[in-house]
Amino acid sequence: MSGEQIVFFILATIIVSAALAMVAVPRVFHAALLMILAFLGIGALYMLMGAGFLGVIQILIYVGAIAVLMIFAIMLTPRVMDSAQQRFTGQWWVAALLAGGFAVLLVQQITRSPFPVVADTTLVARQYAIEIGQAFMDPGLQGYILPFEVASLLLLVALVGAIAIAGEETQ
Amino acid sequence: MVPLSWYLILAAVLFAIGMFGAFARRNAIAILMGIELMLNAVNINLVAFWRYVAPEGLTGLMFVIFSVTVAAAEAAVALALVLAIYRTRDTVNVEEIDLLKW
Repeated sequence: MSGEQIVFFILATIIVSAALAMVAVPRVFHAALLMILAFLGIGALYMLMGAGFLGVIQILIYVGAIAVLMIFAIMLTPRVMDSAQQRFTGQWWVAALLAGGFAVLLVQQITRSPFPVVADTTLVARQYAIEIGQAFMDPGLQGYILPFEVASLLLLVALVGAIAIAGEETQ
Repeated sequence: MVPLSWYLILAAVLFAIGMFGAFARRNAIAILMGIELMLNAVNINLVAFWRYVAPEGLTGLMFVIFSVTVAAAEAAVALALVLAIYRTRDTVNVEEIDLLKW
């Protein structure tokens, strides 16, 4: 077993156990902390796959922004903190059956199907951050300037929408 | 060398765990956490396919970047909705939020 596989197993164990604990713990605040652990593991997984730039983005956005947003929301809804009993809905076993069945189906299909993996999968040292930045600003067919603008518009709309929904009504 | 299918199986398991969390939790914020986990599982798949099937291009990385952008926007709007519901109904339990049910 190579070193990469050992690192993968350690990371996978951390991620899956953190995710399982996240959906199972009674307190939402503990779930948020476990979610941060799972996101950090996924960021490390990106780095293992050679996408270090995405690993940094994962830590910046998920651990830095989304997790803080979640914790803010948990702190601002005080009745959440003491709801230690009854973490699941009445039909939680249906959800467990669905999710378990879905996982079994997916794993079965993944192990069965052949994927067109490239022959040479050795990591090439490339400046991905620079390449991504240039691709974002490239107006040609290889570029992503239109999706980039649409994404910035989406973020603006989300910002305005979040303020409009959660802001105090002043009349 | 880690085979591609290991990453795919890990992502499938994570997706199922997130799906269970989104279906079964009563707290709206915990449901959002499950959804974020599902989005992350999909991102693992995208990066793994980029790495093993098309490593010369940038498409896989770009998809992940846009997916993370949309996830951030989704989290901001969804948490604003949760706060708005908490302010008017004084609860974040999805079994009590049934205004649109009938």
